[in-house]
Amino acid sequence: MFRIVATAFSLAIAGAGSPGLSAGGATHVEDFSFSFEGPFGKFDQAQLQRGLIVYQEVCAACHGLRYVPLRTLADEGGPGLIEGELKAFVQNYEVFDPELDDYRTAKPTDHFPVNDSVGAPDLSLMAKARVGFSGPMGTGLTQFFRGGGGPEYMASILTSYTGEEMAEADTTLYANEAFSGGWISMAPPLEDGIVEFADGSPNSVHELASDVTAFLTWAAEPKMMARKRAGLTAVVLLLLLSVLLYLTNKKLWAPIKNRKAG
Amino acid sequence: MAGIPHDRYQPRHWLEKWLHRRLPVVSLVYDTLMIPTPKNLNWMWIWGVVLTFCLVMQIVTGIALAMHYTSHVDMAFASVEHIMRNVNSGWALRYLHTNGASLFFFAAYCHMFRSLYYGSYKAPREITWIIGMLIYVLMMGTAFMGYVLPWGQMSFWAATVISGLFGAIPGIGEPIQTWLLGGPAVDNATLNRFFSLHYLLPFILAGLVVVHIWAFHTTGNSNPTGVEVRRDSKEVAARDTVPFWPYYVVKDLFALVAILIVFFAIIGFMPNYLGHPDNYIEANPLVTPEHIVPEWYFLPFYAILRAFTSDVWIVQLTSFLTGGIIDAKFFGVMAMFGSIIVLVLAPWLDTSSIRSGRYRPMLKWWFGLLVLDFIVLTWAGARPAEGIYAIISLAGAAYWFIYFLIILPILGVLEEPESPPPTIEEDFNAHYPPTSRAEERGTA
Repeated sequence: MFRIVATAFSLAIAGAGSPGLSAGGATHVEDFSFSFEGPFGKFDQAQLQRGLIVYQEVCAACHGLRYVPLRTLADEGGPGLIEGELKAFVQNYEVFDPELDDYRTAKPTDHFPVNDSVGAPDLSLMAKARVGFSGPMGTGLTQFFRGGGGPEYMASILTSYTGEEMAEADTTLYANEAFSGGWISMAPPLEDGIVEFADGSPNSVHELASDVTAFLTWAAEPKMMARKRAGLTAVVLLLLLSVLLYLTNKKLWAPIKNRKAG
Repeated sequence: MAGIPHDRYQPRHWLEKWLHRRLPVVSLVYDTLMIPTPKNLNWMWIWGVVLTFCLVMQIVTGIALAMHYTSHVDMAFASVEHIMRNVNSGWALRYLHTNGASLFFFAAYCHMFRSLYYGSYKAPREITWIIGMLIYVLMMGTAFMGYVLPWGQMSFWAATVISGLFGAIPGIGEPIQTWLLGGPAVDNATLNRFFSLHYLLPFILAGLVVVHIWAFHTTGNSNPTGVEVRRDSKEVAARDTVPFWPYYVVKDLFALVAILIVFFAIIGFMPNYLGHPDNYIEANPLVTPEHIVPEWYFLPFYAILRAFTSDVWIVQLTSFLTGGIIDAKFFGVMAMFGSIIVLVLAPWLDTSSIRSGRYRPMLKWWFGLLVLDFIVLTWAGARPAEGIYAIISLAGAAYWFIYFLIILPILGVLEEPESPPPTIEEDFNAHYPPTSRAEERGTA
């Protein structure tokens, strides 16, 4: 009986744990296939580097990454910029230095600058702060192999503009099938070929959205690769330990369970 | 120490004797570990060890996290990101700690429902049960305050909603709420006191755990038959029991490791599964999240809280009889606390002379329904409180009270229980029949 109860209970937790889709009508989130999904998924370093370029050339105009230290761009398991690249890259940014009481060129020890010039949300944690889907049956268990759906949601926002516009008060709203409510105040940021890669990688809207999403997923969870590796090690070692303990337990109880009648 | 007769620690070496005369600490550890434990315990008796592990893990990871955390409304959220990004293995500490709370509650619920089914709470183990319930209530307080510390959107709004429950008490509610929060709303003072208490309560909890263990070491463990261990002599007791070390230590460790496989798979591969995405957005008092949802382990009680809306007849009647003093909101708060109070009172609400549900043919069904009810309430608590979900929550809340206040008392009178085996030894022999010499020759 307890076996049934335990199973049902686990399923209920699963169902309760997933918060469900953000309400607000039918939104369509495309299930992008990312390299970092599933227990063995890894970030694709080249893609993270392309995504960094897309972020820097397009998104950074309005969105900040306040929690991401610039030096981590050189970390293992991330875009992995080499030292010269990092030094050159940080020149792109100006940060406010309270000691100088003025702006200065960024150093690797600084964070990406805060950007609230137009009130756009910070993207440091966006990949973990949104859910695109939570199947099957609202349990969200698919995130075990398909990821949490946050990256899919972000990429879908970038690719789901219909082209319609609507003027409301003094702002323009843009029709977007992935956005709750259907109208978003962000103008379509990407277009085919808006960013050119030195190595000639494909740069359609779909590819660019995918690349920048991969980068932002790394920004939100920079230790993902180390985490999955540690998780795998832990599971394998614990499996071994459980086999040993099972055998020990069996042997220990054998004389108690199989004894001769007196 | 009272309890089941068994071999006690005997100091042999002169150093042991020297220490034993001055501080019998070895004897305390020895007698605790060697406690005679019923030899027929099933796999539902492993949760105590899992819970102890959880408490230790939460305290250890928590102390390390506190070294890097800043309890200030302007810095708390950023300090958590600092832990996730800059502190060595900080991400591991934090994910262990947040998911550890879930494992803690999962194990606590298994432990509690085991007690409810096998009648472990019944005389003479009422004190063990009540201390257990105290531990559970403290756990809820600790977990709730811990959830506020990262200062995300759900942290802030959960604190606002839950402290609002105290505000629902007629007359004195608002001053109490202000006193608890340290101001008119959830703010820096709230965050600081929550951090302080979140650090303090686990140590009180640890103290209660010691008393909990002491209590059942006096009464002896319960077991699936509900039949007591015979205490006539050491030899008779030994036929019903095995010493906790090594038999149950190894068995429980095996169970613990099996559970940790799943636990570490969650931490490694989907550490945010049980969390809410909104908590990765920094708290903003000006923006209310679409749905304010507590952590999963509070959902059954959250569902009961929300179930009693002003259109339910019992709420209307109570409101009418009290001249509007008890409104729907306060009724919900009372129902939520009441749902825990009936649990505390279970030893006295259960009138059956038979302890274990195994020999209670009617209780089995009602108990199964209670477990299902708990699961349904967990599920309903995560849904918006409207339409069909409101009706399901209300039905679920009603059954919770019906089980404890009506079914449990009258079942003891109505039910025709089966007879449990006279001794634990016989129950064990029925499962593992001793092989006779003749049989052995036959198979050889």
